[in-house]
Amino acid sequence: MTCLDLSSLPWLLPAPEDYRARVRALAAEKEPDGAEIRALATYALDLNQCHSLARQCIKLKDRINSKGVLSPLRFAFLSNGTNELVAPAIIAGALRHGVIADFYAPGYGQALNDILSPDSKLAAHHPDVVLLAFDHRGYGLTHPEIGVASADETIARAREQLNMMVSRLRASGTQIIIQTIPQPPEPWGGHSDAILGGSIRTQIRRMNDEIRDLCAEQRLVLLDAAALAAQVGTQRWFSPRFWNEAKLPFDPDIAPLYGDHVGRLLGALRGKSRKALVLDLDNTLWGGVIGDDGLSGIQIGQGSPEGEAFLSVQRLALQLKARGIVLAICSKNEEKTAREPFHMLDEMLIREDDIAVFVANWTDKASNINYIAQTLNIGTDALVFLDDNPAERARVRQVLPEVAVPELPEDPALYAMVLANAGYFETIGLSEDDTKRADQYRANAARTQTMQEIGDLGTYYKSLEMVCSISRFDANGQARIVQLINKTNQFNLTTRRYTALEIERAQQDETVLDLQVRLTDRFGDNGMISVVMFRSKGDTWVCDTWLMSCRVLERRVEEAVLNVIVRAAQNAGVKRLQGLFIPSARNMIVSGFWEKLGFTRTGEKDDGTTIWELVLEGYSPVEVPMELLCDFDTLSDMTP
Amino acid sequence: MGISDTENKLIEIFADVMDADPEEIGLGSTPDDVPDWDSLSNIRLIMSLERAFGIRFSNDEIANWKSIGDIGVILNTKEITG
Repeated sequence: MTCLDLSSLPWLLPAPEDYRARVRALAAEKEPDGAEIRALATYALDLNQCHSLARQCIKLKDRINSKGVLSPLRFAFLSNGTNELVAPAIIAGALRHGVIADFYAPGYGQALNDILSPDSKLAAHHPDVVLLAFDHRGYGLTHPEIGVASADETIARAREQLNMMVSRLRASGTQIIIQTIPQPPEPWGGHSDAILGGSIRTQIRRMNDEIRDLCAEQRLVLLDAAALAAQVGTQRWFSPRFWNEAKLPFDPDIAPLYGDHVGRLLGALRGKSRKALVLDLDNTLWGGVIGDDGLSGIQIGQGSPEGEAFLSVQRLALQLKARGIVLAICSKNEEKTAREPFHMLDEMLIREDDIAVFVANWTDKASNINYIAQTLNIGTDALVFLDDNPAERARVRQVLPEVAVPELPEDPALYAMVLANAGYFETIGLSEDDTKRADQYRANAARTQTMQEIGDLGTYYKSLEMVCSISRFDANGQARIVQLINKTNQFNLTTRRYTALEIERAQQDETVLDLQVRLTDRFGDNGMISVVMFRSKGDTWVCDTWLMSCRVLERRVEEAVLNVIVRAAQNAGVKRLQGLFIPSARNMIVSGFWEKLGFTRTGEKDDGTTIWELVLEGYSPVEVPMELLCDFDTLSDMTP
Repeated sequence: MGISDTENKLIEIFADVMDADPEEIGLGSTPDDVPDWDSLSNIRLIMSLERAFGIRFSNDEIANWKSIGDIGVILNTKEITG
């Protein structure tokens, strides 16, 4: 293979021969298992296989036990083409990325009506997320204009249509994804289309700028369909034949890839993007086997095609690290030998301190990967494992099906391209914390070390020199707040997910006490690590959301936060706090949370939800081992 | 008369596209017998057959087939490379 055909999803295993039978077998299960469905979606499915899987999931919808593996999401797909054919690809793509989408798409030509009319099926669907997937035909950019003035007019009309759609949808509180417009491969004046103001090419380029600006201004999510179409080739993307036949906006052969890209964004919105990259060493980060070939024998660096191929893998890993993806090593080697290239060879781009966890031994890789996840305090479903050896890949997939294990082509020159295009680390926007994350994980490992050395907990806390700062939600923190709310699974009392828009509303709502919590210590800045929201109901403040990053477990941050809430509540004349624990598949870690904080249990619901209460009269704060930064004046604007 | 390899492969692909059991399908099956055989699944059928057999159907051929057997007849007129 000299080039990659992205449309066949080459990073995924081909579907097994009996794929359809396996999909059908789901029906026999009393509660079809979310993990099994996600595994079935994690093959290189063609459109027919997507169709079988999507159909089965729609049929079994009410029986599926998503087990926290599949996050439910109400989705609407709005385009100017026929939607039915691409729908199964989107549903399958979403499942692959941990989202079970309740899919709605209007019939052909109905999208605009649907957006405009208040009692449309779209409105009744109450989508959490809407994708605006109009192409050049949907925006009326189908004719070259003679003269810049008439081109301006065409763009103005298209912009007006876009703004109208966005403002209508925004008013309903839904999260919007907008798609850029692919360039149809039909030149008008030829190369000069790039400079002629009236060419379709220029019109589309200008409209894409409008779309990008709007996304940045209003914090909408962008699906760069223009870039995707360019990557597979617009000649393949557009199918005049199937547009004529059935108004398909792009070739149905590309639908599985398109569906996967939509799935990535939905997954990212639900916090399902992967967080760490676990790398094998021999023939993955360098050519050859360090234990056999020695330092001078392995291939890395400029000078040989193979050495450069592995250099590009290292470069990509570092680029991912720069945006917060944690790097770990998992290799079958003697540790000392495995570490040598990192400090002995100048050609190596990755250095030892880029790596959060370094595991080189002769133990089974699946066990080592488990250990890496535990050390980093993240789930194995947040890991990607890159290994050139098919047997190791198969073993890890078998034991840990939730770990993403990309297939790799023969030629290492393509490794980086496969990994970059597999979309495991999709991000919908970088928060400031993202760029620091990899270092934070490393610092955490150092803290664990310190604790082992010091032993006594009180002394340990003191040695950390913690500073906890607590403030209301603000614009600076918003990206991280939304991220934490949508991806914290373990230390999360209610697991309620909110969109950026809902957060903005909560921020303005005077009956909501919203708090963002940051923690620094002598090892570094942990960034924002906790988000808490209470709603005021008469003389009671009711917990809506309380979550914390597991990176700061056992640091007594939650007690510091409670102290602040109690003081604010007492100042506001509130009588009691009500706590809530809604059990999920992943949050048993906090089942004893309220009791530990001194709350008394007052009720339980059928679904296992428990209700807790803390009477404020006579309650005095506990001492916590950290300095507290909090402006109490900002907490006093709560109206009962 | 038994059915040919091409026809067998056709039925297999058809079942895959329509998410149906191959046993329920024969050369005589028409859109009336296969409720999922509509204009959209027909497009997946066209794509899948063209890819599997390495051929290309004309608009006329597509517009005129009324049963699986009809598709088999068209396939027999083509040079199959898949």
